[in-house]
Amino acid sequence: MNFITFAKWLETAPTWIATLPKWLSKFVYQLYQTFVIEDRWKLFLSGLEMTFIVTIGALIIGVVIGMLVAVIRSSHDLSRGKPNFLLRILNAICKAYITVLRGTPLMVQLLIMGFVVMVPKTNFDTVLCGIITLGINSGAYVAEIARSGIMSIPAGQMEAGRSLGLNYVQTMSSIILPQAFKNILPALGNELIALLKETSLVTTIALTDVTKAAQVVTSRTYDAFVPYISLAVIYLVLVMALTKLLAVLERRLRAGDQH
Amino acid sequence: MISIKGLKKSFGDNNVLRGIDQEIKKGEKVVIIGASGSGKSTFLRCLNLLEQPTDGHIYFEGVDITDPKNNINVLRQRMGMVFQQFNLFPHKTVKENIMLAPVKLGLMTKEEASKKADALLARVGLSDKADAYPGQLSGGQKQRIAIVRSLAMNPSVMLFDEPTSALDPEMVGEVLELMKELADEGMTMVVVTHEMGFAREVGTRILFMDEGLVMEEGTPQEFFGAPKNPRLKDFLAKVL
Repeated sequence: MNFITFAKWLETAPTWIATLPKWLSKFVYQLYQTFVIEDRWKLFLSGLEMTFIVTIGALIIGVVIGMLVAVIRSSHDLSRGKPNFLLRILNAICKAYITVLRGTPLMVQLLIMGFVVMVPKTNFDTVLCGIITLGINSGAYVAEIARSGIMSIPAGQMEAGRSLGLNYVQTMSSIILPQAFKNILPALGNELIALLKETSLVTTIALTDVTKAAQVVTSRTYDAFVPYISLAVIYLVLVMALTKLLAVLERRLRAGDQH
Repeated sequence: MISIKGLKKSFGDNNVLRGIDQEIKKGEKVVIIGASGSGKSTFLRCLNLLEQPTDGHIYFEGVDITDPKNNINVLRQRMGMVFQQFNLFPHKTVKENIMLAPVKLGLMTKEEASKKADALLARVGLSDKADAYPGQLSGGQKQRIAIVRSLAMNPSVMLFDEPTSALDPEMVGEVLELMKELADEGMTMVVVTHEMGFAREVGTRILFMDEGLVMEEGTPQEFFGAPKNPRLKDFLAKVL
């Protein structure tokens, strides 16, 4: 039995509920049918799990792509005189990537990846499709954030590293990027929060994340109020937790240095 | 030790170096002076290829560093450089600053580098700052750390690019003192500076640069005692 009316439910419910004001007993009924009947809380829980998986997967892909693109772009922009041929080609590719990915809606990108490019058949493939699409999209934003971080480090830092005999990659990885990372952490946190919320769009390619769970429940109970408000509360709590986490990380990184 | 042949450098249409030939021998302390825009810093930065020369050759211990076939990273390990803005790594402690390059490049183990860093810090009297971050140091302390950071690599030549120009006046002395000590120990040094006292006292040869050329060179006695070039006379009249 998927659906029972309020009146019918009230007959079987514990008697104390009937003594409540009508609006409150109705609210209890809505909560009950949103989360309890047919163990629907499990839908939310597994949806939440999917949201986490997609967020973390996309975050990893986004940061890796973003850093790579940022290093290429800033190497190109910071090189004196005319950069070499390979670097110019790579830079052009990176620029095109950023332009396209930032210039089209994520929803459209999901539709294209889900129904044109990848066309996943299995559940696993669908998850992969979601992660890859969001990761590639996020990478474009991370790239510009990271580029601003790298460009914010004085040129003298690179010169000091190189003059000690470190090569370009060694100087980048042990001197420039650690400092850049600290500078961009707030902006990166912003991007992570946006990413977490944007995962709700994976419902487009039929991934059962927490948003999909709320939609499914709504379609069963014909009640939108409790599922969607609950959904909003869930996202809000997640973002608040994430904000807290980032603040702690930022404090840790700032400890010790005062320049 | 360093031999420079027909060195030219231009930024776009701006010819900063217009043909320099120089021979820097082991143990020499070459001091380069000149007005700003004369190309003296660019000349120094060409010596370890922080600036890529437009034309000419630079031989370091017999190896042409301008030849792309020679690995500049390996050559730079033996050429220390000290900058006007210190350029310490702000996210690392003083000791980590000193240990970073020797360890990263596999020249020393962590233990060896740590010992070396301790010895160098003791030498400049900054042992108590080993675990401090650069942001907690004074300008003079920063520059002394920058100097010993280069020394940790056991360089055979040290390049100084206006090492005291960014310092408060009362801190200039401690940095020059350390440089004098280095000079006395026989280190080969090339110094771009505005400190005429240092040039006179420590320099074995002084170069006056103007408009991308070495206009005059000589020992401190000849140089300050009997300058010949009118531009140099003019310059010395202004700075002395």
